Amino acid sequence: MAEKESTDRRDADKVTGGRPQMGKHVLLIEDEPNIIEAIRFILERDGWRVSTHSDGADAVEAVGAHRPDVVILDVMLPNRSGFDILKELRGHDGTAALPVLMLTAKGQSRDRALAESVGASRFMTKPFSNQEVLASVRELTGG
Amino acid sequence: MNLGLRQAELARRVGISASYLNLIEHNRRRIGGKLLLDLAAELGVEVATLTEGAEAALLGSLRSAAERIEGTGADLDRVEDLAGRFPGWAQLIAAQDRRITGLEETVDSLSDRLTHDPFLSESMHDILTTVSAIRSTASILAQTPDIEAEWLARFHDNVFHDSRRLSDTTQELVRYFDQISREETGFSTAPDAAADFAEANAYHFPELEAGATPETLIDRAASLTGEAERGLAQAYLERYCADAQRLPLAPFQDACARLDHDPGRLAAEFGVDLLGVFRRLASLPPDGAAPDFGLVICDGSGTLIFRKALPGFSLPRYGAACALWPLFQALMRPAQPLRAVMETPDELRFLAHAVCLPVTGAAFDGPQIVEAAMLFHRIDDRTAEASAAQVFRVGTSCRICARSDCAARREPSILRHST
Repeated sequence: MAEKESTDRRDADKVTGGRPQMGKHVLLIEDEPNIIEAIRFILERDGWRVSTHSDGADAVEAVGAHRPDVVILDVMLPNRSGFDILKELRGHDGTAALPVLMLTAKGQSRDRALAESVGASRFMTKPFSNQEVLASVRELTGG
Repeated sequence: MNLGLRQAELARRVGISASYLNLIEHNRRRIGGKLLLDLAAELGVEVATLTEGAEAALLGSLRSAAERIEGTGADLDRVEDLAGRFPGWAQLIAAQDRRITGLEETVDSLSDRLTHDPFLSESMHDILTTVSAIRSTASILAQTPDIEAEWLARFHDNVFHDSRRLSDTTQELVRYFDQISREETGFSTAPDAAADFAEANAYHFPELEAGATPETLIDRAASLTGEAERGLAQAYLERYCADAQRLPLAPFQDACARLDHDPGRLAAEFGVDLLGVFRRLASLPPDGAAPDFGLVICDGSGTLIFRKALPGFSLPRYGAACALWPLFQALMRPAQPLRAVMETPDELRFLAHAVCLPVTGAAFDGPQIVEAAMLFHRIDDRTAEASAAQVFRVGTSCRICARSDCAARREPSILRHST
């Protein structure tokens, strides 16, 4: 087990300089199955509890149901855009201050401005590095 | 023409082609000598009347050239002086101005394409998404030495599939750029490759008539390399087989001869929809027993999704077609078949049958998808059909159409730019 806390941990530590947060809950809203699988793997190995959701239409309800500590939200989702979802989340009392990391695979400067205007806590363009994602969600939850 | 004399007739009388006369009329060709005298005589006007127009047009072009680029010190008061003393140089300035306008339009449309092209933006999104998945997965594989065997297998599998998807997308993209650079020639996209496959087989597949499966033909076709191309060819051949089953070749050919290849009567005889009969008529063996039928099919957006051209009636490969085709009349009034005569700018006549029908099985749920199809064949000017049906004066596509008096024109013709 000691050996197991190897590369992943050490790399993560290199980025954040801190220790992993155990037991915190992240909701990943993303529709690309292989990205979901990879992010879930990295976060779970770092001690996170990971829930996932793939449809834009009822993403706001999913946030309400899961009550996560942090949300990773893709911009291009089926049925509803990530921007719309975030706008609605910011309008609800319970989620107005919820840390949200937005992911996009498109038009960097324009999407970044839009993400800021609707209240994204952090913005990341695809392709991202695993360690960046890890570091971001830790920072957003005060790790 | 004031005299009501047809352009073609005038051209014939002075011994030149109608398209050359068209160029002269629009001041794209300067003429003199005997031809000018002949034209003036045929039209019953003074030679000066004919050349005045040309000079006025030249002066207009020079003025607009001077206005387009400001601050050059071009002296507008002396423009007539310039045209009179240096007619050749004046023509060059006017021609360069037209050329610049044309090039500016091209640049505009290309930059528009890069910013707004849905295919490009879709492809970029797809590539970035796939690359993200690969990068994430690959770094897990590289940086997790103690990874469980089950996860290892799963991530290997994901990388394998994502890299396949990435290579397919990039191949499509490369072809697409290739198409932009080649514009009017060669095939590049998957629909083009599938269309070329159909054309190379003269739209008739004896093996399918004899019961072979589409897969046999596709596996053998060297030109169909990508998944997308094979998929489109497969769909085309499956529809071909379904049509062949509903309209078996021998009885269909008998009926064709008996009913004079009339699509309406054939549809009634076999109880098959008109779209099926159109497709079948356009895929008869090219043995001379039947007229050579052309066929063009579009979807509800007016985009051409199938093209079988005929000599004298070409179909645009890129860009939109002539808005005056009976095909689009049919699209505007679904389920009402239309018969019309089409006359091309070269004055060839084609009899067209067109109809728009729903193609989905969905009755009340989901979107209603329609297709419009136009079957056409060359006819002699004097045949009965020609006099009975409405005549549509059509072209292929604005850019390559010489008609100057068309209410449906979307953009200038490149024929008028050529000097």
